[in-house]
Amino acid sequence: MEKPFNKILQEKILVGDGAMGTMLIERGLEAGRPPESFNLEKAAVLEEIARQYLDAGSDIVQTNTFGASALNLAVYGLEERTIDINRAAVLAVRKAVGDHAYVSGSCGPSGRLLKPYGDVEPERMFASFKVQLQALIDAGVDVICVETMSDIQEAVLAVTAAKDIKASVPVMATMTFNPTPKGFYTVMGVNIPDAAAALETAGADIIGSNCGNGIENMILIAEGFKKCTKLPIIIQSNAGLPQKRGSDFIYPETPGFMAEKSREFVKLGVSIIGGCCGTTPAHIKALRSMVDSMQRPSTV
Amino acid sequence: MEILDRISEMLQRGDTGKVSALVKESLTENIPAKQVLDGGLIRGMQVIGEQYRLHEIFLPDVLLAAKAMYAGMDILKPSFIKEGMPSLGKVVIGTVQGDLHDIGKNLVGIMLKGAGFEVIDLGNNVAPESFVETARKERASVIGMSALLTTTMPVMAQVVELLKAQRLVGTIKTIIGGAPVTKEYAQEIGADAYSFDSADAVETVKALVKPA
Ligand code: B1M
Ligand SMILES: [Zn+2]
Repeated sequence: MEKPFNKILQEKILVGDGAMGTMLIERGLEAGRPPESFNLEKAAVLEEIARQYLDAGSDIVQTNTFGASALNLAVYGLEERTIDINRAAVLAVRKAVGDHAYVSGSCGPSGRLLKPYGDVEPERMFASFKVQLQALIDAGVDVICVETMSDIQEAVLAVTAAKDIKASVPVMATMTFNPTPKGFYTVMGVNIPDAAAALETAGADIIGSNCGNGIENMILIAEGFKKCTKLPIIIQSNAGLPQKRGSDFIYPETPGFMAEKSREFVKLGVSIIGGCCGTTPAHIKALRSMVDSMQRPSTV
Repeated sequence: MEILDRISEMLQRGDTGKVSALVKESLTENIPAKQVLDGGLIRGMQVIGEQYRLHEIFLPDVLLAAKAMYAGMDILKPSFIKEGMPSLGKVVIGTVQGDLHDIGKNLVGIMLKGAGFEVIDLGNNVAPESFVETARKERASVIGMSALLTTTMPVMAQVVELLKAQRLVGTIKTIIGGAPVTKEYAQEIGADAYSFDSADAVETVKALVKPA
């Protein structure tokens, strides 16, 4: 990790990490328990997962804090532990990766709907994100990742909260789009140009998309972003939507397939390429080789 | 009837205030509550459901329409009690254990209520035992389960197994739904029915409770 996060992006493509949820389920996460419960109870597992992604070639490793906003943790009666849960997650990843990778503080949707669609006031949601983001930033993340948002107002609240705490902290912001006959939209009806404009105005430094419906759709989404922003773009695709095979569900897209398709991201000038649901250290390893094979030779 | 058309239209626009006012107005004009519900509120919600399915509108419009429907139904409630509306039966619904996605389940619940079912909504993250216990205690004829995660779908199978163990299969029917759920999955786990959206769920539950 030679340089601060915002400097390095101008020089090379960074590789993100893969899924967290499935890794935790394989390591004993029970249904009905939040993934973030591991942060207080089994931090060693988080270190082990972070190390796997580091070894696979991730330049950025995310914290297990996707659902660690105060509002979300309240569902499990863990609201009071918000700071501890976020802090523990950062320390675990940092311990595993040292300064060999950037630590990204994950911040997912609150799980609640803003008024008038739901019952939450924007002030309350802002405050909820702020507690989480303050803890992540205080614990020393290199970058914040506001991710898989569907509601643009919610995404903007989270980005603004991060910048409010510390204007210099780099903020990535992603939304999840579905293909419709009219183009790509989030379930809340946000299209790519509107998402890009609003996230940029809110102060996000890097914008793009997470999760989704497989990597071929993600290529089209990346093209969409490229057309409407000059900001660096982040793309973290899932390995397709889970399909039933016998009594199991599997994510259909293999490491080889995803790495091959990801060449398109490099050609499009995407700055950060990583994975989401269903991607594993094997996916990241394949992605790493592909990126290395296409990366402009570093001038440093 | 023109006023019912307007209720449907205002519901589709998600205008809770106008829907409430029009529902009140139609009651003062002595239009039977059942007619206001079917010809106004439910008709509007069906249009919304169909437009959502075709991606013509997005979730915000659906959520606002659902709010307007709740508001309208609240105003109609006293009239139903007065008119002594027969209940079509009791349905226990919920999102299964480990799953917090409840938007779709709520839409199914509101449409079932609108159709005349008594709905007991257990919320989200509902344990299999809780579905079965509640249905037994309340003498419900149907359990409706929603799951949005492939990891939580097996909980639906557990509910069916519990019903089998307690010899309640047939007495308490099951219907399942949610984005990753399929008709094939329903057959595989032995659930009585599958449904792909809230309007279809109403028809399916009606068919389930119809005496054979
Ligand atoms: C009883 O009979 C019936 C009959 C019909 C029934 C029925 C029951 N139930 C539903 N129906 C049917 O009728 C309804 C009306 O037409 C329909 O209901 P639906 O629920 O399908 O449709 C609703 C009207 C609208 N749809 C929705 O409300 C779901 C939308 C998406 C974006 C979604 C949301 C909103 C959320 N999420 Co989640 N989320 C996604 C969804 C992606 C997508 N595009 O669908 C999905 C479902 N989520 C996913 C994931 C992975 C997760 N989510 C999570 C969290 C959340 C939020 C809390 C942020 C939020 C839920 C808020 C809430 N209160 O419900 C996490 C899990 C939390 C948990 N334990 O449940 C988390 C695990 C993320 C994480 N890493 O932590 C994915 C599931 C992958 C899979 N198949 O397993 C997902 C497909 C996104 C993706 N692209 O990967 C029909 O299916
Ligand atoms: Zn994902």
